[in-house]
Amino acid sequence: MGKLKYALFTGCTAKQSTPEQMMSTMAIADKLGIELVELTEASCCGASHLQDYDDFLSLVLNARNIAYAEKHGLTMVTICNTCQLNTAMTKHRLDANVDLKSRVNEKLGEVGLEYKGTSKITHFLYAIIDDFGLDKLKEMVVTPLSQFNIAPFYGCHNIRPSELQNETHDTPENPYNPSSLDDLIIACGGMNVDYEEKNKCCGFHAELQAPKTAAILTGKAIAGAMDANADWMVTPCPLCHLKLDTQTHHASKAIGRDVSLPVLHMQQMVGLALGCSKEELGLKHHLVKVDFV
Amino acid sequence: MSTHTITTQKVNFKVFRFNADVDYLPYYENYDMEVTSEEVVLDILNRIKWDHDGSFSYRRSCRHGICGACSIKVNGKATLACKQSMSSMTELFGNELTIEPLSIKRAIKDMIIDKGDFWAKHDAIKPYLISDVDEHPEHEHLVTPQEAEELNEADLCIQCGSCHYACPVVEINEDFFGPAAFAKAYRFEADVRDDAHTERLQILHEEGQGLWDCVKCFECQEACPKDVNPIDKITKLHNMLFREGVATSNVATRHAVGFKHSIARNGVLDEGGLVLYSEGPGIVKHLPVAARMFMKGKIVPPWGITKSDNLDEIKKLVASSSTAKF
Repeated sequence: MGKLKYALFTGCTAKQSTPEQMMSTMAIADKLGIELVELTEASCCGASHLQDYDDFLSLVLNARNIAYAEKHGLTMVTICNTCQLNTAMTKHRLDANVDLKSRVNEKLGEVGLEYKGTSKITHFLYAIIDDFGLDKLKEMVVTPLSQFNIAPFYGCHNIRPSELQNETHDTPENPYNPSSLDDLIIACGGMNVDYEEKNKCCGFHAELQAPKTAAILTGKAIAGAMDANADWMVTPCPLCHLKLDTQTHHASKAIGRDVSLPVLHMQQMVGLALGCSKEELGLKHHLVKVDFV
Repeated sequence: MSTHTITTQKVNFKVFRFNADVDYLPYYENYDMEVTSEEVVLDILNRIKWDHDGSFSYRRSCRHGICGACSIKVNGKATLACKQSMSSMTELFGNELTIEPLSIKRAIKDMIIDKGDFWAKHDAIKPYLISDVDEHPEHEHLVTPQEAEELNEADLCIQCGSCHYACPVVEINEDFFGPAAFAKAYRFEADVRDDAHTERLQILHEEGQGLWDCVKCFECQEACPKDVNPIDKITKLHNMLFREGVATSNVATRHAVGFKHSIARNGVLDEGGLVLYSEGPGIVKHLPVAARMFMKGKIVPPWGITKSDNLDEIKKLVASSSTAKF
């Protein structure tokens, strides 16, 4: 196998509210020997909110981001579930609709770009599983996480809608019984914890306009993991991370019970298993203290 | 000539049982059965009733995926029992299947639930054509194939309730209309013969019950057995709120619009700026968490944001591609 190389679409949070996610992504890419070419030209994906206001603009902006990955001739790797959804959904819609694609390309043409549809789009979690391989990862583990019960929290936009999964992966995830993150936990030597909320919504996208709904969903998710005896949670999505890590006060109030668990990005979990230092993984940037390292 | 082999396999069914008249709590009954690759989930429900327990209760009628009566949950997946093949279920979940009603807390008897909330919400969005009918028309009211195409997908809804009871917001906010009602509202909003556009949209714009409380989890799209794709209709209705001038300034609309402003300015999002723009003076309630995030190095001030490279392209595209007004 040659060296894996991807175009990295960081998304906005990795550069702002979850700096630890950016740090741990680069740290494990380095350990795994994966080359990530950052798409510094990329804009925000619209995060499923711009779409509500101006769907066409969102398509144009996402197509522009993909066009830059295509220029490199690389598969685009995302590190945020919502970036993954919006980018993959744009590709899905443009590849299926010649008319829409030409309307978008008419706009991109104004700035000398073109969306061709040549780059695949995958989340870093699936790049590690599908392309790098968990067997190989397992061999590289130096600090197995064997003393930990770890609760996977999948995040909606990686697993639903499954039609996008079916397009991107040879063995698509079952949204009702996903396994990728469980498999990654096991590969890192940890014990995967099963609980009802692992494939449910954290409430992030309604946090401002429906705070009570959002807080209840967050509370139920953390409570589910706690009741299953999890020591900590792990997620591939920085938005889920933000919700579960920074909103514990509101969540506890909403469900009438104190809930709080450390929530790691999947890159941080892999990093721990590969022997990265806690400084490299940015563990000090969490609100719920990561006190087990 | 192709050959077709019928295969069989052993499946263990854990079946939800409850009779609101006599049971204090629900319980689960186990049934082991040989299941053939030809069967659908409804065949299993029939066999439980006919071969094991005549009191087992469920709704069914057409057996052709059109009446919407037999929707239940298999291992948490909303399933139209007469349409879902057993082989697809064992492929997804293996040989241990849990059969439950669409909503456990609404169970009356076994698979039968009280769907009253579903119908009340369905009614609330005015699920009918509102039009001043000219009693002496001089010509036909033509609808072009393109116009019909806009609503065809939403028109496939059979009111089975699969998406409604898969929606996590319906589960915790009793005012929320839910994905089925939204898809039905879109069915009429997209109909060129309908005259109630803004009247219906105003109901949908209302905070607490309407579109803005959707959490965008895509459970509804996954649950729908008829490919109505409710969340796609929710997005289209959001777009209509702005297009028809129904959207008023509130935290939800400013949040959606704020993305455009932020992208036009930086390419990337200014996270703090977006929350400030969305909340206005309401920002104060976020300050305690924001202060803690700041201490942990999680907040970048506006002047510290790394803007996208080739920002001029993004500015140009926002100016030339954006049609929405607010």
